[in-house]
Amino acid sequence: MDFLQSIDWMQLLRCFIVGGIICIIGQILIDKTKLTPARILVTFVTAGAILGGLGIYKYIIDFAGCGATVPLTGFGANLAKGAIQEAGNSGLLGAFIGGVKASSGGIAAAVFFGYIASLIAKPKIKKQ
Amino acid sequence: MKPIETKQEYSDYVDKKSPNSPILKNCFNAFWVGGLICSIGQILFDFCQYKGMDETSCSTVVSIVLIGIAAILTGLNIFNKIGKFAGAGSLVPITGFANSIVSPAIEYKSEGYVMGVGGKMFTVAGPVLVFGISASVIIGIIATFFS
Repeated sequence: MDFLQSIDWMQLLRCFIVGGIICIIGQILIDKTKLTPARILVTFVTAGAILGGLGIYKYIIDFAGCGATVPLTGFGANLAKGAIQEAGNSGLLGAFIGGVKASSGGIAAAVFFGYIASLIAKPKIKKQ
Repeated sequence: MKPIETKQEYSDYVDKKSPNSPILKNCFNAFWVGGLICSIGQILFDFCQYKGMDETSCSTVVSIVLIGIAAILTGLNIFNKIGKFAGAGSLVPITGFANSIVSPAIEYKSEGYVMGVGGKMFTVAGPVLVFGISASVIIGIIATFFS
């Protein structure tokens, strides 16, 4: 019960609103342009990486927490953040290691769960 | 009815006949579903911090759990129903990335485990990783010059 009392409700509200707004941007892109979902995902990750590289995305994360890190822009920003950190530690080598290292958990989880799901779930039969 | 002669008239005619996409309703659904997914992430994040984990580990745990939930919902064929309702609300959060890997993995099972599951898994996620990782390397290289 201590945990429930420790939840910062204002933080949760900011997270909800910012996360929602990022999704609205995606929805407007779907409805108003002919972009396929794949292109939208790529756009969001790349935009996040650029914003992260410029140091802007950090402020959105400070404000909204998971409202900024859970959307794919956060995935991109995390890649950029990792690359910059490792580049600071070990130079050019770090530029190559850092990005994937920072987001390795998510990538490995998606691949692993995808494989497991394909073992268990049956493909749905398309109706003719 | 009178014949359609100019391009403008034709365009008006098409607009009148085609169902207008209810963009406001779509945006509203995307907003609250997307916000809700982020909020679930936030509660999980707070819980990890409450358990004494550091911030980076907390973010990773949040990603892994949300990806796991999305994978299970995709396997149970529930995720695409949420996706139809919420549009970008379930696509833009990390759950959309997970779905883009899990969904073809299940769908192409019949083409075999190596080229079907293993290959088709990255139809959408592949480009995401290519551009995301390339961007991160470029940013890292630029950062080495400024550090």
